[in-house]
Amino acid sequence: MKQEDMRLFQLYPLGDAAITVQFGDSIDSDTHNKVRIFSAYLDRHPFPGLVEQVPAFTTVTVYYDPWVVSEKGLYNPYARLTEQLQRMLQLARESRKKPKPRVVEIPVCYGGHFGPDLEYVARRNKLKPQEVIACHARSKYLVYMIGFAPGFPYMGGLSKKIATPRKDTPRPHIPAGSVGIGGNQTGIYPIETPGGWQLIGRTPLTLFDPNRAHPSLLQAGDQVRFVPISEEEFQQRKELEDES
Amino acid sequence: MSLEILKPGLLTTVQDRGRYGYQREGIMVGGAMDTFALRVANLLVGNAQNQASLEITLAGPTIRFSQDHLIALTGADLSPTLDGEPLKQWRTLYVKEGSTLAFGEPKSGCRTYLAVSGGFAIPAVMGSYSTSLRAGIGGLEGRALKAGDRIPCTGITPTGIALLREPATTFSNGTYTYTNWTPDPQLYPNYHPNPTLRAIRGAEYELFSESSKALIWSERFQVSPQSDRMGYRLQGVTISLAEHSDLISSAVTFGTVQVPPEGQPIVLMADHQTTGGYPRIAQVISADLPILAQVVPGQTIDLVEVTLEEAQQLYVRQEQHIAQLERAIQLKNHL
Repeated sequence: MKQEDMRLFQLYPLGDAAITVQFGDSIDSDTHNKVRIFSAYLDRHPFPGLVEQVPAFTTVTVYYDPWVVSEKGLYNPYARLTEQLQRMLQLARESRKKPKPRVVEIPVCYGGHFGPDLEYVARRNKLKPQEVIACHARSKYLVYMIGFAPGFPYMGGLSKKIATPRKDTPRPHIPAGSVGIGGNQTGIYPIETPGGWQLIGRTPLTLFDPNRAHPSLLQAGDQVRFVPISEEEFQQRKELEDES
Repeated sequence: MSLEILKPGLLTTVQDRGRYGYQREGIMVGGAMDTFALRVANLLVGNAQNQASLEITLAGPTIRFSQDHLIALTGADLSPTLDGEPLKQWRTLYVKEGSTLAFGEPKSGCRTYLAVSGGFAIPAVMGSYSTSLRAGIGGLEGRALKAGDRIPCTGITPTGIALLREPATTFSNGTYTYTNWTPDPQLYPNYHPNPTLRAIRGAEYELFSESSKALIWSERFQVSPQSDRMGYRLQGVTISLAEHSDLISSAVTFGTVQVPPEGQPIVLMADHQTTGGYPRIAQVISADLPILAQVVPGQTIDLVEVTLEEAQQLYVRQEQHIAQLERAIQLKNHL
């Protein structure tokens, strides 16, 4: 395995209370691994004044409280934090501890009223609906980040064979759990929102639950597999989810 | 013990300083738009700065107090009255059981904060009382207040009781009492209609055209009616990149000034999404966000550039002012 080179990074201020650490300028697994190593290191080594951190495709943004970091005005908070983060980046690189990715299986009932755009996706890519399902369920997907809406995963790994542009007119209401394709990405709508992705199925799992310790089912760095299920299985799983 | 909502007003929500720690799960911070006013309102009734309060927008609600309460109103002046008598703001107020709080014409600002000593007896969601309308969580059932709501209250805090012993004036007809003591307004942000706000350069500042880089600091922008707790849309000259550029989404924050392709900037406010992919030309400094939060749609803003170092000095100074106020109130508790 290639050793991740954490030396190549850029720091820039996101306003007066956050710093963004950038590890690359394209969406790829090498950059993602650096993001993941540093994010995991920060989780293990929180410091006074750290508010929270947000990993994204190529960046980790560190939100901080300048009042605490400056020790109530004694030091320049940005300079102080930059030094600290550089030390931490060095240590993270040496530790090379990348958390093992979780593999999360997402059961999906494809087609029918759960996936009203499955036929269109098939037609457009000159495939049969069954081939679209097989292709979607065969790939392993990587969750690069959670954003846009509570628990919404940005995932990479969609086969070019089933990539399909978004709808010209977004739907006003997309039910929670809908699985869709938008360009060369696939995703799951965690809560009911408007949206323009082509809907190919629905999962009975609850992707966002404010009462869980981790409200978002998926976290950045997870690997996802979609498992086709029947409508009957969907109903059974859904009842189980609703009970718990 | 509760607040009884007779009329909800335009948009009245429960807010604290926000929901932190969950942005990586796609959950916005939210919280009060004007956190300075929220924090001071809480201090004035002997609460912790982060206690849940009501954020009241432009057209205020009508609220009946089912018990005697210690309250404070800060932020915008929306002509508050108690049983028809004008109320003082930025003060500790003692109001009697059965009295009714109402609002009139908005005189200055956009958002008033109503803090009640002891706060509200409602459940926290993910560590915060803030209402997130988008996710439908927090506050009162994740929604804005409506007529008939009763918000349960916990009761006056020990510091609140100490504040009651301060020299105070009782209004002529006895409906309410206010402390003679009030914080020094010199310590407040410079609340002003059509304000000039200080900002630092955004992460993509250098990607903008030379003329846009000049215009962002020299032109006046109007806050459009399509502005809300999520973002303020600015109308004015068109701001554009030097050349087309696709950005990869990353985290954004309160005060980020981003520019979508059509060229009209958007300032992200308390309910902003956690990530974004539009180029960022500027970032309003934290110390001036309370001023921006009080800008009414239709008013204008000007941006003036400061350095990051200045921004952080101003941040620290504002925290010192709040810490000073907190100490002064704690001292009263020990007298």
